[in-house]
Amino acid sequence: MTPNLHLWLIPVLPLIGAAINGLFGKRFSRQTVSAIALGFCGAAFVMALWIATQFSSLSLPHVEWLASWIRAGDFQVDFAFYLDQLSLVMLLMVTGVGFLIHIYSVGYMWEEGGFYRFFSYLNLFMFFMLTLVLASNYLLMFIGWEGVGLASYLLIGFWFTKDSAASAGKKAFIVNRIGDFGFLIALFLMIKHFGSLNFVQVFRIVSGMPSEIAGAGLLTSIGLLLMVGAAGKSAQLPLYVWLPDAMEGPTPVSALIHAATMVTAGVYMVARSHAIFDRAPQALMVVAIVGTLTALFAATIGVCQTDIKKVLAYSTISQLGYMFMACGVAAYSAGIFHLMTHAFFKGLLFLAAGSVIHAVGGEQDMRRMGGLRQHIPWTFWTMTAATFAIAGFPPFAGFFSKDAILWKAFSSPYGSWVYWLIGVFTAFLTSFYMFRLWFLTFFGEYRGEAAAGHGDEHVHLANSSRAGAPAPHGHGGIHESPKIMLIPLVILAVLSICGGWVGSERFDKFLSPALHTGATAYSAEEAAAPTPAPEPKEQSASEMLLTGISVLAAVLGLFLAWLLYYRRPQLPQEIAQALGGFYEAVVHKYYVDELYAAVFVKPLIDGSTRILWHGIDRDVIDATLDNSAEGAREVSDAVRHMQSGNLRSYAGWIAAGAAAVIAYMIWMGMR
Amino acid sequence: MVPLSYYLVLSGILFACGVTGFLIKRNIITIFMSIELMLNGVNLSFVAFAAQWHALSGQVFVFFVMVVAAAESAVGLAIIIAVYRTRGTLNVDHVDLLKL
Repeated sequence: MTPNLHLWLIPVLPLIGAAINGLFGKRFSRQTVSAIALGFCGAAFVMALWIATQFSSLSLPHVEWLASWIRAGDFQVDFAFYLDQLSLVMLLMVTGVGFLIHIYSVGYMWEEGGFYRFFSYLNLFMFFMLTLVLASNYLLMFIGWEGVGLASYLLIGFWFTKDSAASAGKKAFIVNRIGDFGFLIALFLMIKHFGSLNFVQVFRIVSGMPSEIAGAGLLTSIGLLLMVGAAGKSAQLPLYVWLPDAMEGPTPVSALIHAATMVTAGVYMVARSHAIFDRAPQALMVVAIVGTLTALFAATIGVCQTDIKKVLAYSTISQLGYMFMACGVAAYSAGIFHLMTHAFFKGLLFLAAGSVIHAVGGEQDMRRMGGLRQHIPWTFWTMTAATFAIAGFPPFAGFFSKDAILWKAFSSPYGSWVYWLIGVFTAFLTSFYMFRLWFLTFFGEYRGEAAAGHGDEHVHLANSSRAGAPAPHGHGGIHESPKIMLIPLVILAVLSICGGWVGSERFDKFLSPALHTGATAYSAEEAAAPTPAPEPKEQSASEMLLTGISVLAAVLGLFLAWLLYYRRPQLPQEIAQALGGFYEAVVHKYYVDELYAAVFVKPLIDGSTRILWHGIDRDVIDATLDNSAEGAREVSDAVRHMQSGNLRSYAGWIAAGAAAVIAYMIWMGMR
Repeated sequence: MVPLSYYLVLSGILFACGVTGFLIKRNIITIFMSIELMLNGVNLSFVAFAAQWHALSGQVFVFFVMVVAAAESAVGLAIIIAVYRTRGTLNVDHVDLLKL
């Protein structure tokens, strides 16, 4: 008898917080609002920790049934929660990082209007994210999946009076819908062919499938459709376009949703569905290719961005690409490992970037920063830790996970040296653009307006005036953030440094019961092919070599960034001019947004305007209504003259009617 | 004995007189009297049929009609007085407030 852990409480706790703040928060003081939000979010974190301590005594996977939801014949979906090593890692990561970002947000959002609204949305997000992570079937997961999309939409458009924020929210939601569409079709295929959406049942059926059926395209198509969903949510090619725009949201939102948690849902989903992907090598290959290309593509764009948050956004896309690359070579644990370390250092990078933006009064353009090192030392040192972590320098967290991914990309039976090569090149680019950001922000001379303070260019404050509080932000000049913002930074910095010391081997071993149940059952061709199994000794030697190369790439990136942005700051201009057209294309993000606008958005808008609006709505539906109303009025106009008010004319009508009735009766009687 | 058709023809003539008076007269009092004429035309046919078929119900109906007519004339005359007081005329063509 396994103990009842009341897993349902974990998602529901933040939901209660969201409900209280959302319904009554307007009347609460800021202190009360933040106490409620932090309290419920922290309770979920404490509960997750408690579960982690109970973990060893559980028989896994631990499924807790809460209530029946849908019952149609043999098909059944329940509200049930599923706990195994994978969900535990995600659970701790989501609640832990989420809680830290909640703390940070209290400081960051203190001056803003809509304080309670922000925390209500943030808690709502936690609810949906935890539902997603803990769901025991695909449909419940889908609820969480859609819900985090909703929360993301609400939070991107938090400053909804700003047009760009509102449209960025819409863009995120609509692009996500495209991915969700694929996910949904995958669910329908599962219902049709497996008759269940339950993880346990689906994976059992999939693993038990004879390979000739499994290879017949069903699993491949399910896998590809799931990948479409994951590409939408996790901002992979070709659906990544919403994530850079999502930076319109408040910075803690970018850290929580668009770096640490929500965007990794796609990776989690692919890892969770590993039983399907393991038996669909083609789908797996697509995952790897998409991930690799996205990693490279986004990294090149990141090199030329000037907005500090946009650089981090493209970096997030690129790192997510790494995770998919890992999943695509069936190294799910490496992907999840990177997911975890990435949550630490990228969450930290965003929070530190928020602290920088806060310090310089809402400026986000790195060209107008510089020399901030002395002014905001805490932010500087924590950001340094994160930068070294993401660039993959040895003792930091990012090194271990990235190295694991690159090694797996090279050595896995699904892997290839091409993935590895692109991965290393991307690692070089990552290191380069991150140190570019680092040098531009913290070194050299301050290039912004001297002691601009919190003038009207403070974007957030300018927008908060809508809420009626033109926050008097007294202190001018560059200043360090309050303690409540620095504490999460420090904790995350420690995690960014130490988070990788677990080592990918141990992490892999811990996750293996959850991720390798069906992994041994490679498809027939894979099993038949001679898997390259080099000697252990040789393997470790080549692993060392590859590790050395990737560290070298990171150092090279650092050196190049130092050369270009610290030593010879005029050099980038010259290089840009030398590159000409290519540089232009990269600065404009390869014109992907323009391409989408021309190919999809414009025809859609034109078609909707001409055919649906003018053609159908205005000329058919509206016209029917208008014309029938017009007709009724014309008939009434003609008839109303009968009602003259003249008593004798009424009597005459009555007499005439009576005469007509009598005449009719007489006529009927005569027949 | 006078045949039934005589009574019915007389009743029809009375009713037609009432209708004609109702339609062509302008004075409310006259219109009111025309209504009484129509009622009595109908009453005549009721009693004629009752006598013909030796059925009491026709006679009873006549009493009902008389009672209703009495009540109606009481109410109607009161209305006429009220109209005269407020509008100073009994010409129905001038009492047309209900028109559109």
